[in-house]
Amino acid sequence: MNLLKIKALRVYFPTDDGIVKAVDGVDLNIKREEILGLIGETGCGKTVLGMSIMRLIQSTTLTDGEIIYKDRDLLSLSDDEMRKIRGGEIAMVLQNPMTSLNPVIRVGEQIAETIRLHQGLDKKAARKRVIEMLRDVRIPDPEKSVDSYPHQLSGGMQERVMIAMALASDPELIIADEPTKGLDVTVKREIIRLMKEVTAKRSMLFITHDLGAAAEICDNIAVMYAGELLEHASVDSIFSEPLHPYSEGLLNSLPERGLKPIRGISPSLIDTPQGCRFHPRCDYAMEICREKHPEMVKLEDGRAVRCFLYA
Amino acid sequence: MLEVKGLSKYFSSGILRKRYTKAVDDVNFSIKRGETLGLVGESGCGKTTLGRSILRLIEPTAGKVLFDGIDILKLNKKELRTFRPRMQMIFQDPDASLNPRMKIRESIAEPLKLQRVEKCEIEGKVQELIERVGLSPEHANRYPHQLSGGQNQRVVLARVLALNPDFIVADEPTSALDVSVQAQILNLIQDLKRELNLTLLFISHDLEVVRYMSDRIAVMYGGKIVEMGDVEDIFNDAKHPYTKLLVSGKEVV
Repeated sequence: MNLLKIKALRVYFPTDDGIVKAVDGVDLNIKREEILGLIGETGCGKTVLGMSIMRLIQSTTLTDGEIIYKDRDLLSLSDDEMRKIRGGEIAMVLQNPMTSLNPVIRVGEQIAETIRLHQGLDKKAARKRVIEMLRDVRIPDPEKSVDSYPHQLSGGMQERVMIAMALASDPELIIADEPTKGLDVTVKREIIRLMKEVTAKRSMLFITHDLGAAAEICDNIAVMYAGELLEHASVDSIFSEPLHPYSEGLLNSLPERGLKPIRGISPSLIDTPQGCRFHPRCDYAMEICREKHPEMVKLEDGRAVRCFLYA
Repeated sequence: MLEVKGLSKYFSSGILRKRYTKAVDDVNFSIKRGETLGLVGESGCGKTTLGRSILRLIEPTAGKVLFDGIDILKLNKKELRTFRPRMQMIFQDPDASLNPRMKIRESIAEPLKLQRVEKCEIEGKVQELIERVGLSPEHANRYPHQLSGGQNQRVVLARVLALNPDFIVADEPTSALDVSVQAQILNLIQDLKRELNLTLLFISHDLEVVRYMSDRIAVMYGGKIVEMGDVEDIFNDAKHPYTKLLVSGKEVV
């Protein structure tokens, strides 16, 4: 059962230098209770993809395609209808809690805002609920922490507040954008464990460039490069046998896998290469890769890959 | 080659009732010529402060830093200035390490000018360094904002190499970079180190990166070095509880 269906999504930003094609024809489904990892490097469009599901992209953007959530196209909802879904049925955990939390409002207040808005609780009941939530995300001494300001908490604790905030409305789908960025190894591990726990009965789109974190938490992985998806497979199969040369290159870049870099750099989203977007950096590039743009090919075992090696 | 003895750096706060933060607390270690010592620890454990204290970018509170037998902490300003080229630092954020208003060519030429390299030779040297770090000649006329993070880190390396250093402190040189670019930069550092017989203190919170780069590892916790040993010993037979915690929960990829 698909909870969210993204069809031929395009998100273009017009700029003085040209059109930035941040998301360029993405098809992606998220099933109920699935944790889908969206991995890719800086500037591949993964954050924009997450933001457009929440409709947090400014109106000057050129958006095309469909984002169907439970039979409703989020892109054609009115602002009022969208406001009910955003932070309600679909919640987001933003990257960088230091800048995402309001520094002059106590954390309890910030979480309570969502609860009051979506569940109509009064101030006192909301506070009680917030304390419960802080306990759920294992913040020590919740009765005290509820009155802390963000700067009084460590990075890991702030991340927990962000998670509590996302859970406040009991969402069905969580979009988490790099929740483990900038955290220490040991703290990161705890946050991943917590996220795994709180998403047991929910769906999540887990956006990250941290392959290790993705391997820990996700059921399936979609690999994004230069605005499009290159591969979609289960977490086990992609880590044991990556099909797309870019996926393979990413994994081989990890220190524990020999630190073999991919040559060159990611292309600009204004001027993507002709043919396959990865071909200038690809060791297997053939004649056809320079000329034709490959389509996503569905393989027998349910995997999908955008590469002429498998066409 | 480098010997650190009882190095401490305390930061004080408050005027009437002074409180001290022991960022680096009685640290001892030595690095042999051509060796890479990896320094791991979580944010706030004092590893950056330690790296900077060794180079006297901040003044340590106490201790000795012997570089080829010379105590760096005893040098006066002038002596230090002639000494500095031999010890260099690579910082975390390459974009912030370069002057945004200088073209890459000028940025790399700057250390050469300080070295009093003949004017007519500078251009040739710059080109040589640009090639050395894997950039192409056309990058010379660009500004840092026109290059990617990985390319800027290469420029930083070129600037460091311009001074012919013996010892480099690399403070999380790839933590701001993507994995595929991180691999490029780490390999470049390894190659340069081998060719130029550099000695390295490599600071990182990423265990796997340190494992790949280092000969020995020092684990820092709360301002102190709690364990030090050969790479494989640390990974296979950690003694200190904190090291055990770090090593045990390695994500399985």
